[in-house]
Amino acid sequence: MSVSKGIDPRGPRVGASITAVLLAAVVLLGASTAGLWLLTFIMLSFLLGTIRGAEGSWQGLLYKRFVRPRLSPPTEMEDRRPPRFAQGVGLFVTGVGVILGFLGVLPAVPIAAAAAFVAAALNAVVGLCLGCELYLLLRRSGLVRA
Amino acid sequence: MLGQVIALVVLVLGTAALGVWWSARQGAVRAPRETPVGIDWASSGIALADRVTFVQFSAEVCAACRSTSRVLGGLTGASPGVGHREVLVDDHLDLVRTLGVLRTPTVLVVDGGGREVARMSGVVSDTQARQALSRVPAAAVQADGEGQS
Repeated sequence: MSVSKGIDPRGPRVGASITAVLLAAVVLLGASTAGLWLLTFIMLSFLLGTIRGAEGSWQGLLYKRFVRPRLSPPTEMEDRRPPRFAQGVGLFVTGVGVILGFLGVLPAVPIAAAAAFVAAALNAVVGLCLGCELYLLLRRSGLVRA
Repeated sequence: MLGQVIALVVLVLGTAALGVWWSARQGAVRAPRETPVGIDWASSGIALADRVTFVQFSAEVCAACRSTSRVLGGLTGASPGVGHREVLVDDHLDLVRTLGVLRTPTVLVVDGGGREVARMSGVVSDTQARQALSRVPAAAVQADGEGQS
């Protein structure tokens, strides 16, 4: 197995499934203070994943510690930039919900959680890649520069 | 609480439907898009192959671009007259706008004359790439078949 630059592509997907379950819990908690705190925790997780890459988030470390030892080695490695971009999108979406929540707009909390849930669940289950879907739209609109 | 449970059920069902729809679209061979002007590929630094070229638009944050690139690279290596050119959308934003490319990877199947004959977006499988090749008009294929080296 080559340990060249790159990460095990299964790691971010396992991490996304953990995140999706937490986001579903926020939706269940609804427009409440408890939901706001859980979403804040998820946002901080995305912040960690954006700074350190998905493999450096706590979900990534859980995967490395508990899941990967039980699996066969990955057949191929993946670039770490796409999952990291997705972490950044998650940070933005949950961040908007958290900011609005602390400003007193509590309904924004489950709405932001629902939006992030769609992306996290699709990433976990069918391998949706946010960098593939969103990056070009952001570049075309001028919201993101190279 | 009942309201939240209903909201979650609707959300999960909606996500599942979206997932099925999204998966089915991956790499599907579609008709070419009508482009207003003839594209000067050479001026964009994209050298076309004799018969047909897969022009792939990629991004660094696009995981699906890597596997698509491997599939197309493998196919073109085994087929004479068929080329694969991969470009970064960051370097070709004008071209991307002209061609109406919205996501990566988007692969345009371009014939020897520079006309788009089909396009695919999302992860492209080997089967889909071969299906796209079969869309190239017979005339172009014949012309190449005669002069095949």
